[in-house]
Amino acid sequence: MSACAKEPGHSAVSSYTKRAWIILWKDLLIERRAKENANALLFFCLLLLFLFQFALGPDRERLAAAVPGLLWLGFILAGLLGLGRSFLGERENDCWEGLRLTPGDKSAIYLGKLAGNCVLMTAVEIILVVLFGVFYSVDLWTPAAPLALVLGLGTIGLAAVGTLFAAMTTQVRARELLFPVLLLPVQVPVLLATVSATQALLLGQPLADVAHWLKLLAGADLVYVTIGLLTFEFVLEG
Amino acid sequence: MNASTTPTLRIEGLAAGYGGFLVLRDLVLETRGRLTVILGPNGAGKTTLLQILATLLRPTAGSLSIGGADALREPERARALIGMVAHGSYVYEDLTARENLRFWETMRGGDAARGRLTAALAQVELDGVADERVRTFSAGMKRRLGLARVLLGQARVLLLDEPFTGLDRRGRKWVNEFLLGFKAAGGTAVVATHNFGGGLGVADRVAILGSGRLLMDRPATDLAPEELHRLYESLTDGAEQ
Repeated sequence: MSACAKEPGHSAVSSYTKRAWIILWKDLLIERRAKENANALLFFCLLLLFLFQFALGPDRERLAAAVPGLLWLGFILAGLLGLGRSFLGERENDCWEGLRLTPGDKSAIYLGKLAGNCVLMTAVEIILVVLFGVFYSVDLWTPAAPLALVLGLGTIGLAAVGTLFAAMTTQVRARELLFPVLLLPVQVPVLLATVSATQALLLGQPLADVAHWLKLLAGADLVYVTIGLLTFEFVLEG
Repeated sequence: MNASTTPTLRIEGLAAGYGGFLVLRDLVLETRGRLTVILGPNGAGKTTLLQILATLLRPTAGSLSIGGADALREPERARALIGMVAHGSYVYEDLTARENLRFWETMRGGDAARGRLTAALAQVELDGVADERVRTFSAGMKRRLGLARVLLGQARVLLLDEPFTGLDRRGRKWVNEFLLGFKAAGGTAVVATHNFGGGLGVADRVAILGSGRLLMDRPATDLAPEELHRLYESLTDGAEQ
């Protein structure tokens, strides 16, 4: 095949990648400057830790047993706050309309938004994990590498659906109510797999023992991201 | 942009509504290489009409053709020709003027080289504040930044929704000069406004929209300002200007 014949396809891929990248760049730059989500989420994480401490008391064994669930409860609650706001900025100054008018595959917008949400959630998760380790004296460092894999896969699953549903509900008046109502039921497989895998890893089991949960997570991620990419254009066009 | 590539914008039998309530009905309009100003009171359906022309909203009946493309069947083809500056001008407040242009030009698949962005900002007289956040800009500066985005995108059909709102005399004069330049370069422009203070002096055609219908569509040269005021008052029953 000649270089000329290859060029249009290559150019389309390059343009798609650039558009996804510029969305990520824009979202992270605005977040760095405005710090609206980051500050609120950091404060929210601290509040959660205090609430869990009050709810469970000083019993270390009870705390250790509850840590996987609490950890993911924290991620989900922080995710609900952060993800739900990911398209609100597009409503300001009619930017949503501007995005609709841009040519090309609209799934690039979804991909860029998803990447931005993953970065933000990962930052929140790192802070929460560190705080959990410090506050509850739980050894999260020994299984750090396999735990990072579980967190990564779980984050993609949560952000993939959250980004799509945030776009769907951003124009709806009751979005704060509708967003969690839509998101949480769809997250059941991800929650089941992540909490179970996290619990096993914290009990010192090897990564091979949670392979079935990792497969479930990877499968869910693949399905969620694919659905997001395929349906985002219809969501954007309303 | 030259006269041979000047796109025609044509609507026939257009109707649109929300939840069974008709906002626009039986609209017919054709324009090519001209500036058409659509005057109408609040709630006349001007924004709905512009959103349909921009392919952002589907009409319930009728046809829309932009540059020979059926814009209802192939909105992507039509969108490649369109530059829209809506109420909000599509600007991100926490980005600088240059960053905003970089973002939209990359999204368009165009060349977002720094020199090009600076040149576009110079054309709208914003090069001196290129690296300042848009949050600090006045309404007029945001409007000009929206127009710089249109310039970069080399749009051939320009749709402006209330471009004179919030602008002082100098700002209105600037937008008028921009429209003259756009028209001279072979572009087709449609401006929707409720404001007699801008656009009419450089318009080729003036249409009056009221209660969802085009009540009048005449060459601007046929209309003296006093006659236009009188017609507007009588056709729209003295609705708010």
